[in-house]
Amino acid sequence: MSAGLLAARGLAVDIGGRRVVAGLDFTLAVGERLAILGRNGAGKSTLLATLAGLRDPAAGQVDLGGDPYAALSPRAAALRRAWLGQGQADPFGSTVLETALTGRHPHLGRWDWETARDAEIARGALAAVGLAGMEQRQVPTLSGGERQRLAIATLLAQAAPLYLLDEPLSHLDLNHQMAVLQLFAGAARECGAGVVMVLHDPALAHRFCDRALLIHGDGRCDLGSADDILTAERLSELYGYRLRCLDADGRRCFIPE
Amino acid sequence: MPTRRRAFLILAALGLLAVASFWAALAVGSIHVTAGDVVDALLGRDVAGIDIVMQLRLPRALAAFACGGLLALAGALMQVLLRNPLADPYILGISGGAGVGALFAIIVGLPAIGIDGLAFAGALAAMFLVFGLAHGDGSWTQSRLLLTGVIVGAGCGALVALMLALAPEAKLRGMLFWLMGDLAQAGAWWPPLLALAVALLLAIPFARELNLLARGLLQAQALGVAVGRLRFAIYLLASLATAASVTTAGSIGFVGLIVPHLVRLATGNDQRLLLPASVLAGGALLVVADTLARTVIAPQQLPVGVLTALIGVPVFLFLLSRQPK
Repeated sequence: MSAGLLAARGLAVDIGGRRVVAGLDFTLAVGERLAILGRNGAGKSTLLATLAGLRDPAAGQVDLGGDPYAALSPRAAALRRAWLGQGQADPFGSTVLETALTGRHPHLGRWDWETARDAEIARGALAAVGLAGMEQRQVPTLSGGERQRLAIATLLAQAAPLYLLDEPLSHLDLNHQMAVLQLFAGAARECGAGVVMVLHDPALAHRFCDRALLIHGDGRCDLGSADDILTAERLSELYGYRLRCLDADGRRCFIPE
Repeated sequence: MPTRRRAFLILAALGLLAVASFWAALAVGSIHVTAGDVVDALLGRDVAGIDIVMQLRLPRALAAFACGGLLALAGALMQVLLRNPLADPYILGISGGAGVGALFAIIVGLPAIGIDGLAFAGALAAMFLVFGLAHGDGSWTQSRLLLTGVIVGAGCGALVALMLALAPEAKLRGMLFWLMGDLAQAGAWWPPLLALAVALLLAIPFARELNLLARGLLQAQALGVAVGRLRFAIYLLASLATAASVTTAGSIGFVGLIVPHLVRLATGNDQRLLLPASVLAGGALLVVADTLARTVIAPQQLPVGVLTALIGVPVFLFLLSRQPK
């Protein structure tokens, strides 16, 4: 896809009448990973939802695989991108496997029921996030971290070429944080998946992403390679707190002063 | 998630239950008709009691089944639409609007057709009023819709109370029976049955999308559901199903709330099974309740709404108390 998996042109995002992102242009290529960082309330999630076509942009346009969202049916869009939101709640309760199977929805016709192959894909996705053997558990009995991994498994079952992840590491312990980041790094490397993720840890963003986007919350955005953007100077300004950067074998580590 | 085969088995079992409820409704009453005679009467053979079975009990049982099915279907749809397990068909003020229309018609002395007509008009008015107010700025979130519906319902309740206070003594009994729900007042049986068939046929193709809608609007949208259109269609469908039932038999309580819950406990929350199963279970429950209503203290009849509530309240409290959360 020459147009890239995802492209924003002159994109602007408003929250409650306040412009938080203005004039954003970028194209996400096959296999590329982009981190979005910013303070709380800076508009990271809103930007991500706009990139996912779940919200209309205040100005500009978002293209998904070369087509604007307006030209795509919801189902066609769901086959091209998967979106991980913050906080999942099912007021009626369901099992882990049922929840993971919802990811297969865009692949099924109106009258289809999930086939054995869909169940196999869902089980594979659960195994990939370390939830094998928990297929019949009720979702409300899971811990916060397990629920987050279930949401990621649902995303994997959707099998779209582009992942838009809003704080994929929330509630995860260190072990699972690394496992999830390595999972998506592998998807990018081996399957050419594009990944856009909202992260709060600049060190992990530097280690796992090719590019980074800093959202200042007043319309300003810094976009560039992870090496150029994730510096102590820029991050100190972004977070309004002085950070020091340590270099350990090419990996950066940021320490609050 | 039930397999397709298991879903058919469960529906077949509920179908048998519905048939059994019809057998009870046709056989039991002030004049007992044997099972053999019921079958003969249904086949058109001339037997003793054929008039009672064919002219009185069958139309009433069909109307009861249709109303029970409509209410259970509307309840299941409202619970998904509002993403609230405590939602029922009346929560958005439909029955309140119908009540205002029906009581007004009774006070001014309109014939049965006028009562039905004004009840339906009242239900539609409440539906459009709630939608218009909740949709006002285009947001129409669940809580906004819920609040608007509850407030409109409360307003209708006040009007109903006002009319009860002002109504002449002679008309009070008819008004109370209407409010509690009563199948003796049901007119023709085929309009609600037709409404039930149409509503179910319209809802079933969207059942898997409803499963996603129950998990959250954005989640559903991200997975390929046209959320805005679907929610509007479900609101319309559930409201019209409720209006059809309320117009036929008044505001019968608790069927629309507890039947979807009972079915959900037994079969899980897959709407592809839950919707048709709720229709069968709700229909059967109301047929049984109505049979009880006209036999328990015969020759006097109870309003069936009282019986569904009397059965429904303890069952629901029991389910609520043992819910593992």
